[in-house]
Amino acid sequence: MTRLSQIGRWALYLLLAAPLALFAVYAFSTRWFFPQLLPAEWTSATLARVLGDGRVISALRDSVAMAGGVSLLAMVIGYPAARVLGLRQFRGRNAAWLVLFLPTVVPPLAVGMGLNILFLQLGLAGTLAGVMLAHLVPALPYVVFTLAGAFARYDENYEFQALVLGASPARTFWSVSLRLLAPSLVVAGLFAFLISWSQYLLTLLIGSGRIITLPVLLFSAAAGGNPATTAALALIFLAPPLVIIAATARQLNQRPGDIREQL
Amino acid sequence: MRRRLSLSPWLSLAPALALVVVLVGASLAYGVAQSLGLMAVIGQNTVSLDAYRSLLSGHGPAGREFWSALGFSLWVSVTATIVSAALALLLAVGLASRPGGGAADTLALNWNLAVPHLVWAVALLLFLAQSGLLARLAAAGGLIELPAEFPVLVRDRYGLGLILHYVSKETPFLALIVLAMLRSQPTGYAQVAANLGANRWQRLRYVTLPFVMPGLLAGALLVFAFVFSAYEVPAVLGVGYPRMLSVLALRFFTDPDLRARADGMAVSLILTAIVLAVAAASLKRGGAK
Repeated sequence: MTRLSQIGRWALYLLLAAPLALFAVYAFSTRWFFPQLLPAEWTSATLARVLGDGRVISALRDSVAMAGGVSLLAMVIGYPAARVLGLRQFRGRNAAWLVLFLPTVVPPLAVGMGLNILFLQLGLAGTLAGVMLAHLVPALPYVVFTLAGAFARYDENYEFQALVLGASPARTFWSVSLRLLAPSLVVAGLFAFLISWSQYLLTLLIGSGRIITLPVLLFSAAAGGNPATTAALALIFLAPPLVIIAATARQLNQRPGDIREQL
Repeated sequence: MRRRLSLSPWLSLAPALALVVVLVGASLAYGVAQSLGLMAVIGQNTVSLDAYRSLLSGHGPAGREFWSALGFSLWVSVTATIVSAALALLLAVGLASRPGGGAADTLALNWNLAVPHLVWAVALLLFLAQSGLLARLAAAGGLIELPAEFPVLVRDRYGLGLILHYVSKETPFLALIVLAMLRSQPTGYAQVAANLGANRWQRLRYVTLPFVMPGLLAGALLVFAFVFSAYEVPAVLGVGYPRMLSVLALRFFTDPDLRARADGMAVSLILTAIVLAVAAASLKRGGAK
């Protein structure tokens, strides 16, 4: 099995490094004609132009604000739900699980198309708030399931201990609950961020062309832009998730198999 | 304090449940209404099954493409799911057989999953296009002289580019699931089998496979549901004909002629029904996680 293991491992690392290398070569290439294997000339002008483009900068700002906001909101809404799902047994618990599981399988296509008219009528279409609300639908289940898993291994007695010793409920929450759950909170926040960050369809259908995030720009570049610009945009779009994954490697390692679809 | 903590769990669940029930419920309700032709915007207030009738009978602008789009969607999703499940099994078994080094492998798999589908599709486009890097490599090796001589691997009519995309993206995802199961497996069984004279393929077939099968199957069904309904990848790596159902749905939904919306919505709802049926099967087999 060692041979197989080696091939598999190399294929995996190649898959990992290849897109980054590919984008870098294309992004810095200029006048790179067929059959030349590598660009004859290199330039940083493309990347500088893309980074200096007002539309890209505002898309980057909107993307960060949106993914950050969705992540935070999903945690605030998901925390209490995860807590009772992880710690309590009650009638209807399975039904609640099932309802919260639903958005992971209902296609964003159907959600976006269905909400399109409703949000237009409510004045939410084309607003950051409206798009964030739509992004919460696929993001929330991942936060709830990740945190519920953490609560299933959580010992409430630490909280009682702090309360008995005279800590206020708020102090107990900050210094005991959040502290103990920190690794899982990081992973949950990461999932929500990534789901919102990569979301194209919901932004398109709810944003009504007024909310332009990085995936929206990348999509239109891929449809007909020049390769160097497309690659530069892809690099900018890819950098934050990879940095976050690398930074949270330790927390992720404790929970293999958690990242699911829709990323 | 005890009293506060024992308050009805439904109070804590309310915000999350409300968000999902209201938004998903409203989107499905609005979707069904529009697919039935109810559109106050253009003054239509009568219910009709015209959209479904024309789709299923293969008539009308959307209907003419419906069955071929359904077939194409099934071809791409079923093939991609089966191939990535098989590769994931081999990859995970390979990775698990080496003691230690697990952290780097898990990180690599997670890293791969953090790459958004759209980015991956763009990478494949740059790599596999007829003037892409692979074509240049082929030219350097003297295999071709002109870009047109390179086989059409992306934006091809057989869905090869799509299948290639999903296989390379979903194999790590499924491998992560299998790997997690393998690492929780007691090593004793494989050793007993080895002692009894089982070779490594027999161990894979009779010890490992039955152990990981439920998880792999549940994961594979999720992959199928995702591939079947995803939009970005077929939009970037696909061609005008044949199209996947998701592309067809959005095409008619965004048609300037508002009457085409009902068709687009009906396609989307048929797609959703198929996905939900498959997900239900997945839940049943794998047990709710």
